[in-house]
Amino acid sequence: MNSRTVEIMVGLFVVAALAAALALALKVSNLTGLEGGSGYKVYAYFNDIGGLKVGAPVTAAGVTVGRVIAIDYDPKNYEAKVTLLIRSKYNDFPVDTSASIYTAGLLGEQYIALSPGASMQNLKNGDQIRYTQSALVLEQIIGKFLTNFASKP
Amino acid sequence: MSLLDGLQSLGHGTLSMLARMGRAGLFLGRLMPSLDMSLRRPGLVVRELYASGVLSFVIVAVSGLFVGMVLGLQGYITLSKFNAVNSLGVVVALSLVRELGPVLTALLFAGRAGSALTAEIGLMKSTEQLSAMEMMAVDPFRRIIGPRFLAAFIAVPLLTLIFDAVGVFGGYLVGVAMLGVDNGLFWSAMHGAVSFRADVLSGLLKSVVFGFVGAWIAVFNGYDAVPNASGVSRATTRTVVNASLAVLGLDFLLTAWLFS
Repeated sequence: MNSRTVEIMVGLFVVAALAAALALALKVSNLTGLEGGSGYKVYAYFNDIGGLKVGAPVTAAGVTVGRVIAIDYDPKNYEAKVTLLIRSKYNDFPVDTSASIYTAGLLGEQYIALSPGASMQNLKNGDQIRYTQSALVLEQIIGKFLTNFASKP
Repeated sequence: MSLLDGLQSLGHGTLSMLARMGRAGLFLGRLMPSLDMSLRRPGLVVRELYASGVLSFVIVAVSGLFVGMVLGLQGYITLSKFNAVNSLGVVVALSLVRELGPVLTALLFAGRAGSALTAEIGLMKSTEQLSAMEMMAVDPFRRIIGPRFLAAFIAVPLLTLIFDAVGVFGGYLVGVAMLGVDNGLFWSAMHGAVSFRADVLSGLLKSVVFGFVGAWIAVFNGYDAVPNASGVSRATTRTVVNASLAVLGLDFLLTAWLFS
């Protein structure tokens, strides 16, 4: 086999591997790790975040507009501080937007849903979302239900 | 007396194993600086890339297809019990990209190309071609071993990418085309759950490590072979056994480091 054929075959092989890499990058996985820088950060404090994890989606009207990029415990307020990265093209959330932690499906992953308020001013990088609703923890709900049930005459 | 004999053979085995590991380390130390010729004459590497990479393409692609199809079938059977067949794409893609792709490709490569490398270099040594080269002031490390090592090291990650992509396609064939999982949900669930950096690139990092270790073991065993027919055959066997064990052991360590 002459050298030209060998080199063409190796070229085809490398092209096939690069095509596989491209398919894995675009079709199989989400490239959010690489577009992570483009967006603005806002903070929200929650009493209880339940099972929320870093990387969980942030949605508005069901559309993913950003991700949770950090979760920290604030020892002063005894609350969880959640940092959200919202994509820069969604830059018109009013400052009185509220954030709630919901669960996708009955036992699915938890995510943050934003519901826009009515203020004329918009959220900027570094702002805090003041109106938050914590995650519903199943044990607490069952506990409350049982207490109500027992206290009925 | 037989107890002493047993002890002696145990000690002999341990010492020769330690000596071989030491020789492997020295071999790597001599190999690394001699890779400069491969960089200056990439034609040498391309020819070896054909022998170890392109010729391994078919076995890797066919194995990937069948592994993906089996994953799709088994995943479907299990997930349908939990009414979660829409997550089939996630199961197939994550198992392939994180574990099965890098590990199986490295094992197949050790059997298909690593053994051939060992046999080639071992036979060159036993027919004194390597000595003849040294006699002509051609460094066999630069001319023979370096390009082969580099080509094998490059080929394994490329083959892993192909294995992953073909495997996902196999899972798609069984899951969507055969068993009727919804096409859109299959891809969107996969797209949402697989992260490029945390899953695909970590799997690729694994395959880079496997490629390095597998290539190193293959060329070292060839160079270290006892220069006769049975020595070359034992060296070839040792390449497959050592490379497989090294890949599986390293896979555990890398998984514990990357995904914990």
